[in-house]
Amino acid sequence: MISIQNISKQFGKFKVLNNVSFDCGQGQCIALIGPNGSGKTTIIKSILGMVHPDTGSISFEGKDIASDWLYRNHIGYMPQIGRYPENMSIGQVLDMMKDIRKLPDSQIDHELFEAFNIRALLDKRMGTLSGGTRQKVSACLAFMFSSKALILDEPSAGLDPVSSEILREKILAEKKKNKLIIITSHILSELDELITEAVYMQDGSLRFHNSIQQLQKQTGEGKLARAIAAMIRQQDLQAAKGHTAILTAVK
Amino acid sequence: MKKMIKYIIADILRSRIMIAYTLVLLAISFSVFAIEDNPSKGILSLLNIILFIVPLVSIIFSTIYIYNSGEFIELLVSQPLPRKTIWLSMFAGLAISLSLSFLAGAGFAILIYAMSATGLIMIATGILLSFIFVAISFLASVRIRDKAKGIGAAIMLWLYFAMLFDILVLFFLFQFSEYPIEKGMVALTALNPIDLSRVLILLHIDVSAMMGYTGAIFRQFFGTGSGMLIALIIMLVWTVVPLGLSTIRFNNKDL
Repeated sequence: MISIQNISKQFGKFKVLNNVSFDCGQGQCIALIGPNGSGKTTIIKSILGMVHPDTGSISFEGKDIASDWLYRNHIGYMPQIGRYPENMSIGQVLDMMKDIRKLPDSQIDHELFEAFNIRALLDKRMGTLSGGTRQKVSACLAFMFSSKALILDEPSAGLDPVSSEILREKILAEKKKNKLIIITSHILSELDELITEAVYMQDGSLRFHNSIQQLQKQTGEGKLARAIAAMIRQQDLQAAKGHTAILTAVK
Repeated sequence: MKKMIKYIIADILRSRIMIAYTLVLLAISFSVFAIEDNPSKGILSLLNIILFIVPLVSIIFSTIYIYNSGEFIELLVSQPLPRKTIWLSMFAGLAISLSLSFLAGAGFAILIYAMSATGLIMIATGILLSFIFVAISFLASVRIRDKAKGIGAAIMLWLYFAMLFDILVLFFLFQFSEYPIEKGMVALTALNPIDLSRVLILLHIDVSAMMGYTGAIFRQFFGTGSGMLIALIIMLVWTVVPLGLSTIRFNNKDL
């Protein structure tokens, strides 16, 4: 559904993305993980057209996104930090987004809106809201338009445990509807049971892209966090072995 | 797009700075007209205050607003909207709400006390200056990533247009006082929208006689209908060029 091909991006002298390629298929729930500054957010921003890659291309349902903006009709995005104009009320923000998407009211998904009880806060100004409440509004906006693809950047950061669980249930429900979901998160334990594939980024390069079954089989670990740690250790070990092999060969 | 502009305007007009701006303009203009018994004298006093405050508030408020809306602009970019629409809606929202504040603050008093051609020109220049300085702030904030540097640049730009430019012109005038530079002076005014507004309004008050030979040239040039039209076109160029350049830059920018 989304295909990323050989994209590279440089900010000044700093190479943020280095020849990254991977495919995201429909019905998958993909975790984008990696240390801070490994280029996760830049990939997401590239998919959304916020960052223009220096080289390479991204296509959405087979069409190149470079000069197109209509494909974003099919993407729901939840940013890492949601900041809105201070004096706009929640109701106005929701109305404005509905107006941009132009989706008939019958097709709008109000599930999160009800579950987070946003209705009681409709007249509150965005500037007076806590970080967690703003995050709830962001989540509502991302899921409201029944988009085919959902991109969630650190969705549970700042959410209380109950809301976090509501969001998790919602993600699971959307996954069953055969949608593509891309999540970045640092808390790997909350991704268990949710995701079907993991993409691991490091220093702007793709380190591995495996399905969960594959990861579990290869490492013998059941939990995602352990499986990924084991996978990295294995790869490092192999690299070190290769290194010593070369050294001995030189000697 | 229309609805987006409407919500942006509603957001800006409710901000405390905007309300303070309107009230300060209101207080200044009413007190100026209350002190001066002659409305055209009142206009003259008000002129200097308006040419000082309107560009300052327009450029700084909109620079800060654009930087504070960084994440909101990102969210809008992730929606099915062309970037041009987003940028121009932000511009329309800011320029219209600053103009509305100016109208409610100063325009109101001018219409009551000095309802004349000069008064109307003053209202028009106030609105045009709001548009121009919002456009300049857009160019500054799209080019500079860092918020502190961007606001610094906005202040420097205002300082340049409001004061430094006049000092440079004065320097130029003294250096070349022995040459016939009157026509050159007319061209020079076109380089600064604040000066252009000042000349336009002074020409309509009877004080232009005090401006000497250069004043006469100005009168000959800007006093006529076609001169006014040229001045209006120059002011529009001052809006369209920075706005156009900033839109092109925004279209290719990495957020």
